[in-house]
Amino acid sequence: MSADRSIDDVVPRETAWTTGTIITKEQPTPDQVLLRLHVDDRHHHDPGQHYVVRLRAPDDYTAQRSYSVASDDEDPLLELLVERFPDGEVSGHLADVAEVGDVLEVRGPIGRWFRWDARTPAVCLVGGTGVVPAVSMLRTARRLRRSDLLRIAAVGRDPEHLPYAAELARGGALVAYTRHDEGDRARGVPTAAELAPLAAGAEVAFVCGSPRFVSLATPLLIEAGVDPTTIRVEQFGATG
Amino acid sequence: MPVTRGFFRKRAQGPEGRIPPGQYDTGSSWPVLTAEATPRIDPADWSITVDGLVEEPTTWTWDEAHRLPSATYSGDIHCVTTWTKLDMVFRGISVDDLLAAARPRPEARFVLAHSSTGYTTNLPLEDVTGGQAWVVWEAESKPLTPEHGGPARLLVPHLYFWKSAKWVSRLELLEEDQQGFWERNGYHDRGDPWREQRYQGDA
Repeated sequence: MSADRSIDDVVPRETAWTTGTIITKEQPTPDQVLLRLHVDDRHHHDPGQHYVVRLRAPDDYTAQRSYSVASDDEDPLLELLVERFPDGEVSGHLADVAEVGDVLEVRGPIGRWFRWDARTPAVCLVGGTGVVPAVSMLRTARRLRRSDLLRIAAVGRDPEHLPYAAELARGGALVAYTRHDEGDRARGVPTAAELAPLAAGAEVAFVCGSPRFVSLATPLLIEAGVDPTTIRVEQFGATG
Repeated sequence: MPVTRGFFRKRAQGPEGRIPPGQYDTGSSWPVLTAEATPRIDPADWSITVDGLVEEPTTWTWDEAHRLPSATYSGDIHCVTTWTKLDMVFRGISVDDLLAAARPRPEARFVLAHSSTGYTTNLPLEDVTGGQAWVVWEAESKPLTPEHGGPARLLVPHLYFWKSAKWVSRLELLEEDQQGFWERNGYHDRGDPWREQRYQGDA
């Protein structure tokens, strides 16, 4: 929150529930579901924002969860990557029950803090399914031919557990595995020395992942030279 | 809105009248959600200020705040990310006591709570008076950890928990409502979980 880019610049926008139809459904790994939705009356979104998905039972009981958007705004469909949690009420339904053609209640885009304007030099340190907002940023940067503005470090356990790993690597991201040696890079979390060149010149830093990842990633970025007041954090947990 | 094909209630309903609509009982876990780097604040450096539209702008240090009457909240908390945690116990001081010392002016109608991180959240004054709001430094009989807002956070448990600003440092009394951090980010100005006031645009 530097003085020239404070949260006071952020204006609220009302959102309303609408409906989204599942156009494609894939399970890149047993614990992940990739949904592409056609959303009725869809609003523009910036990379980093999220949507809420709400499920409704016949007795009008509802359950809702937030999911980061992976797609670029120009994509005709809205892409969400859902991590399936044990006993996850919403993620379990989306993984096991939902089918192409099903209609879900959706609302968004939400969040005007953890989003990238595609103009400010940025660095992302993201872990696990926390890579999703960085994928949206990458896709938007590519469309605008401003990939020079964005540096990404993505951390996963191994290639099988890191969504969008190939796309991130193609986009120039540092992909670090904690339990897998990748080429010349031995397993392990990124070091401050690895991150420093990515962070150099960044005016905003995005950290996204589990609370455990965030608690590790944030001090690492600071050690790599990032001004703590420029760090924007999004964390998620096993809320299903 | 349409019923979702194949979706049925799976979770237990929870105790009667305790789980607001769209919420679920998180059980023993207490999830952490923050938007900024977690600050480490030494209690010696912490203070709470009440200012704005008050007769006596007042600041209490950690020690001074601890000399105010101890107050406890025992009950439920509700996060907009849909978890509800039942039967929490928090200890600290009552916002009523802070306001009694600072004496709000008649035109004061809203509060903007500030954290030392720059986080803000707005509340109607009537939501933080009458035994509804606290500044707390203990949860479940233990010092509040930095992740949960320690050394001290605001506690307004009848509203969604983003209103309970972590690392609270200042309560600014205002005549006009001025939106805080999440409110500018699309979340509701009041945030009553029983009316499901989650986002801007919710009635």
